[in-house]
Amino acid sequence: MDTDALRELTFTDSKDQLRFITCGSVDDGKSTLIGRFLHDSKAIYEDQLQALARDSVKHGTTGDDIDFALLVDGLEAEREQGITIDVAYRFFTTPRRSFMVADTPGHEQYTRNMATGASNAQLAVILIDARKGVLVQTKRHSYICSLLGIRHVVVALNKMDLVDYRKEVFDRIVDDYVDFASNLGFTSIAAIPISARYGDNIIRLSRNTDWFHGPCLLDYLESIDIQSETAGLPFRFPVQWVNRPNLDFRGYAGTVVSGSIAVGDEIVIPASGRNSRVKQIVTYDGDLVRAEAGDAVTITLTDEIDIGRGDIIAKPTERPEVADQFAAHLIWMDQEPMVPGRSYAFRIGTQSIASGSITAMKYRIDVNTGAHVAARTLSLNEIGFCNIATVLPAAFDAYEANRRTGSFIVIDRDTNRTVGAGMIAFPLRRAANIAWQPLSLGKKERAALKHQRPCIIWFTGFSGAGKSTIANLVDQKLFAMSYHTMLLDGDNLRHGLNRDLGFTESDRVENIRRAGEVAKLMVDSGLLVICSFISPYKAERDMVRDLVDDGEFIEVFVDTPIGECVRRDPKGLYAKAKSGTIKNFTGIDAPYEAPSAPEIHLTTLNQQPERLADTVLNCLATRGIIVPANRTEN
Amino acid sequence: MSYGKLDYRNGDLPRGEPQMFRMNAQNITKPQTRTLPRHLRRLEAESIEIMREVVAEFSKPVMLYSIGKDSSVMLHLAQKAFYPAKVPFPLLHVDTTWKFREMISFRDETAQRLGINLIVHVNQDGIERGINPIDSGSTLHTQVMKTDALKQALDLYGFDAAFGGARRDEEKSRAKERIFSFRSQGHVWDPRNQRPELWNLFNTRSRKGETMRVFAISNWTELDVWEYIMLENIPVVPLYFAKQRWVVHRNGTLIMVDDERLPLAPDETPELKMMRFRTLGCYPLSGAIESDAANIKDIVAEMQVATLSERQGRLIDTDEVASMEKKKREGYF
Repeated sequence: MDTDALRELTFTDSKDQLRFITCGSVDDGKSTLIGRFLHDSKAIYEDQLQALARDSVKHGTTGDDIDFALLVDGLEAEREQGITIDVAYRFFTTPRRSFMVADTPGHEQYTRNMATGASNAQLAVILIDARKGVLVQTKRHSYICSLLGIRHVVVALNKMDLVDYRKEVFDRIVDDYVDFASNLGFTSIAAIPISARYGDNIIRLSRNTDWFHGPCLLDYLESIDIQSETAGLPFRFPVQWVNRPNLDFRGYAGTVVSGSIAVGDEIVIPASGRNSRVKQIVTYDGDLVRAEAGDAVTITLTDEIDIGRGDIIAKPTERPEVADQFAAHLIWMDQEPMVPGRSYAFRIGTQSIASGSITAMKYRIDVNTGAHVAARTLSLNEIGFCNIATVLPAAFDAYEANRRTGSFIVIDRDTNRTVGAGMIAFPLRRAANIAWQPLSLGKKERAALKHQRPCIIWFTGFSGAGKSTIANLVDQKLFAMSYHTMLLDGDNLRHGLNRDLGFTESDRVENIRRAGEVAKLMVDSGLLVICSFISPYKAERDMVRDLVDDGEFIEVFVDTPIGECVRRDPKGLYAKAKSGTIKNFTGIDAPYEAPSAPEIHLTTLNQQPERLADTVLNCLATRGIIVPANRTEN
Repeated sequence: MSYGKLDYRNGDLPRGEPQMFRMNAQNITKPQTRTLPRHLRRLEAESIEIMREVVAEFSKPVMLYSIGKDSSVMLHLAQKAFYPAKVPFPLLHVDTTWKFREMISFRDETAQRLGINLIVHVNQDGIERGINPIDSGSTLHTQVMKTDALKQALDLYGFDAAFGGARRDEEKSRAKERIFSFRSQGHVWDPRNQRPELWNLFNTRSRKGETMRVFAISNWTELDVWEYIMLENIPVVPLYFAKQRWVVHRNGTLIMVDDERLPLAPDETPELKMMRFRTLGCYPLSGAIESDAANIKDIVAEMQVATLSERQGRLIDTDEVASMEKKKREGYF
């Protein structure tokens, strides 16, 4: 090959990158196709081929031929089991385009990985085994691609060699597919008959399919126009980082995710409604007059307005939504099922939201048929449609309108695992319709009248640990010291406010959410609120902690070993739980997550409740919440 | 124009879909002022975005600086990401004491030229134990002087995020690596339990003692790196360019005699050869290739017809089956 010509072409200004995903079931030949691309475009080197030849003998399934699938199955377990577990990213380049391929497994249990691969793909190559036609898996893959916003699809009819390269087979399957996919919102669908194993119609047109006039797969991928789909959208610039090298410079660093902006343009921060104009667009390579989708720049403004990480800079005429409630598709990605009402952390664009929750599950989606199924929760690899509320308003667009500003991830606040990924459908207007009614008197005034610092003293521990006993003593002692208190007891609340709740995980979450909200109202009224709840999950205790100001939530861990609680069994509940009469009993068949850093840690074994209550009072005094000496003298 | 039923096979629209979408996309052609091809501009912007995320979200980041071409590109990108501010984190070089002399002088010149804080860490315990790539073998040497040393340095300074220059196209297990690669206490990588990474929404949360390795140039290929170095005029260690150097043939590769510490077998006589390196590491473990490529244009041209991968010159990768995956689990970057 003429290397000079190649080199010339490598540096053409117009060379761009296409990111695509390959989807197919276990035996559809996905890895073989990618291996073929890498091999035929010379992205595989000789030493890698030698290693491949060695591996093919050991694990391969193609007899004496090289098994290209082994090239892409990178992890040991994958090679041993002959399956793809994780998303792998592969690269090959031609003079016209460079390609990044997300290779993802096809099994249903790996929906998570397919969604991951699809999230950054502009196009999907969907493999169909020509012997089998459109299968349930094909529909699942197409549905996920559509949901994740992929608008261009190539249907690669693989293993044409096994159906004698017959045109009728191809036509029939393609018609089936187009019928099925007509409501998935794809803007282009191309169908190409291939054999990944023998290379038909991949790099060049094959003589075996003289009825097919092209283009071949590579030509198609090189020429499809997918660029600048973000350029025509409204301008969005999520601020990543405030650049302040000295007092004279304050720039907002980020990437233009859509649209464009020029020096002098008017901008707005949708969350605050503050306006300004673009003063400079700064880059290392010199200032720009205009920045466009995909440019990583630093913007300075003509006015000093309060902007920080998480804000979106937009144009006043095309603002994103700002809301603290929205409806979204949610893909669950964790072994632990989603719990409605539980507090999770969210990441929307560059906005980190410490707490939010799924407030209502509308339905689960059967990814094989697209049907809506009633559901209360989501398990690993399930997709649903739900309402979400966040503690702070976020700026966003609908995912359909903008993939970059309409997507979010859900994070477990305790383990920090990424447990879910979502696509916003629309803001919930009820958020906008309920404004905060400004009140003239606040917590400060009400507390001042009582000469006290309000707070929540939250007792957590197993049933029978001694929570209520100690809480009751603390209440009496504070009362005796003339403090205005209130005691909320879990059992008592379940007779009234929480009468409708059971003991499933989601009901327990709701139980604590309501108790927390009530406690917060009482803190606002200036009270010292003593709460006694098993509250087994860390996430919910932290949710209550977040409801009040710093220092106003005192977590008291009543630490009694489960064995001792079972021995005491003051209400006979453990006996019932063990016999199976009560289900989901904490410590028996439901978990308890002990606090990792409680404000007060009470070890109760061999201790008198009176002494323990005094320990709590001493801690409150140390924290400046109560002033025992002065108070009693008064 | 209509070919009846076959329209969609040529990329045309399927039935009943709105035509507007494509027309809009085609109408927007933007003039570019920069000379970088679009695929490199995209990679550059993506890497800059990743670097800014780290600085915004972590309290004490560091850049692992190996002095190679990938490190040179990363450092260049960091200057762009934070301009007009200076690069807001130090560089960390884990020195095995067996790097090429030209690498060390390049390292020191670079840090001085850019005014960047450079931390050099050597595993003193390994030195005292007499660990070296020749007598100890490459596996033990790498484990003690690179992996252990890196973990020591990260713990010593309390860095909570470390940029690494690894790329997904380098090696099979790297292809499955996240951009933000979470490491539990002890810097352990669990490939079966990685956080899903969607869109550009990186989960940066970690608890005390847990750290993040961040691979800011994950999606670059070797060719991208060289094209970028050429178009951006980025300085790299001269060992990448062909020159007459003293080498011996060993285990089917060329080993450069960089100093007197390399023991020679009776039948080994150093000879002058026109050669260069595609990848740099500890000199007794880095295989050279015979080449006349004396500038970057020649290197890129050579790559177009290359038949061996860049890691082929790395003796440490082939120690055992899936050895990169194993080393990474243990905390290798």
